[in-house]
Amino acid sequence: MKEVIAIKRQLQTAAKVVASARSSQKITTPALIGQLFTDFVPLNGDRVGGEDPAIIGGLALFNGQPVTVIATNKGTTLEERMACHFGCPEPAGYRKALRLMKAAEKFHRPIITLVNTAGAYPGAHAEITGQGMAIANNLYEMSTLKTPIISVIFGEGGSGGALALACGDQVWMTTASMYAILSPEGFATILWKDSQRADEAAAIMQLTPDALQTAGVIDGIVDEPDEQSVFCQNMTRMLSEQLSHLQQLPVTSLLAKRQARFRQF
Amino acid sequence: MQLFNAVRNIGKAHLKYNQEARQKVPDGLWQVCPKCQQSIYHKDLGQYRTCPFCGYGFRTGAKERLSWLADTFEPTAPLKQAANPLHFPKYGHKLRQAQQATGLEDSILTGFATIGAHHVGLGIMDPHFIMGSMGTLTGEKITRLFEVATVKKLPVILITASGGARMQEGIFSLMQMAKTSAAIKRHAEQGLLYISLLTDPTTGGVTASFATEADIILAEPKAIIGFAGRRVIEQTMHEQLAPDLQDAETVLKNGFIDQIVPRADQKAFITRLLTLHERGDCH
Repeated sequence: MKEVIAIKRQLQTAAKVVASARSSQKITTPALIGQLFTDFVPLNGDRVGGEDPAIIGGLALFNGQPVTVIATNKGTTLEERMACHFGCPEPAGYRKALRLMKAAEKFHRPIITLVNTAGAYPGAHAEITGQGMAIANNLYEMSTLKTPIISVIFGEGGSGGALALACGDQVWMTTASMYAILSPEGFATILWKDSQRADEAAAIMQLTPDALQTAGVIDGIVDEPDEQSVFCQNMTRMLSEQLSHLQQLPVTSLLAKRQARFRQF
Repeated sequence: MQLFNAVRNIGKAHLKYNQEARQKVPDGLWQVCPKCQQSIYHKDLGQYRTCPFCGYGFRTGAKERLSWLADTFEPTAPLKQAANPLHFPKYGHKLRQAQQATGLEDSILTGFATIGAHHVGLGIMDPHFIMGSMGTLTGEKITRLFEVATVKKLPVILITASGGARMQEGIFSLMQMAKTSAAIKRHAEQGLLYISLLTDPTTGGVTASFATEADIILAEPKAIIGFAGRRVIEQTMHEQLAPDLQDAETVLKNGFIDQIVPRADQKAFITRLLTLHERGDCH
């Protein structure tokens, strides 16, 4: 009986987390960037032939220090949302992100990635322009990038499309976020051929911030209350602490720790 | 009228197959090519299990592939770990079934081999092991292969066949993408060669990690290579896709593969590549 109650509670909690991660009330990416940083300069293009509005990247000041910011963007107006496929990046987006990360390494700037994506865009154009390889390149290069990387999942963390921006030294989530191999609907469809069992899938997938922190997939959780200004203060506090900690590490131990972080799984 | 009835009855009589005759013809004598739909007499598939009409290579187990490629092979020690990190119901049973069917620990066979006169680390994925999906053990075996090859200063060859991530292992399957990629990068930084050979199917998280991180990427004729599943793309786009969107031949044209190599030529071709890399003193 106790077990049944525990499972029911897990089911409700996981489903609630999924709903909060997808909430339309969630802070938008431009607003979040505006709150966390000053002097943001967006930089565009993958230098291969594409520009993807689903990923915003550029230079900014954080506590007066230059940083590289890379963030997925779901868009605000309908037009924007369609242009960026509701926050699902194309290969050009991942290539732009990698280009900006390489520049960050060159100029010794820390990298902060902010992730809220259902996943990499599953479209014909994305296939033709090499979605798989674009993601793979990011995982490959980020593993030895000689500058601190902090990744924060602040909504949906969808599969390889999220991981391609979340191979940081520190990977955090907000209380209203999820991180999973696939959407609970997709998971239920593949394994039980029934998308209606999404809540059940969510409960079993260990996609909540708490479960993922216990498993060591993420390093910490930032409280995300409805009040956006409070959330941004929490984010700023966490980023300052983690940044000053990571910047004290010599590059060799930074890379050794990053490698060990992902080697444990 | 009677005549018409007779014709009808003859037709019916012919349609009734002879049970006895059926028992005399064993299953698998005729196979249908999943690519070109031609019926093929099983012997016409040949040693390399290739469609004589369109060149498609039938899905083949890791151990059979090994016999085509390697002169000697020393498998890496089994990890003897059981992974069911999500405590997914009945997954343990599914794993044991796959292990019995393939004789493998997980969806990849890894070890150290000689090909021609070359010593290499070799990994071959098996599409019959839960669709070749990438579980924690698969990722661990690939990572160790690259780590040992880095120490031994050996090139690595991976033959991929995978539906992508192993859903039953959830986020831990996803983490294998980051783990294997980091091991490959460290191998590369020592100036060591990595060749991947993509076979049908190579999709999802495998395409988005180790399959496409090689110095030289080869593929088999007509193999499906892509990131997203065809049905998922069609649902997203609300339109029919070109039938060959994810065929190796299309992916080659799009610039993501070095060459398409039929099975009969693979051993000789890979040997040539290994030799060419030795001369450059990057071996």
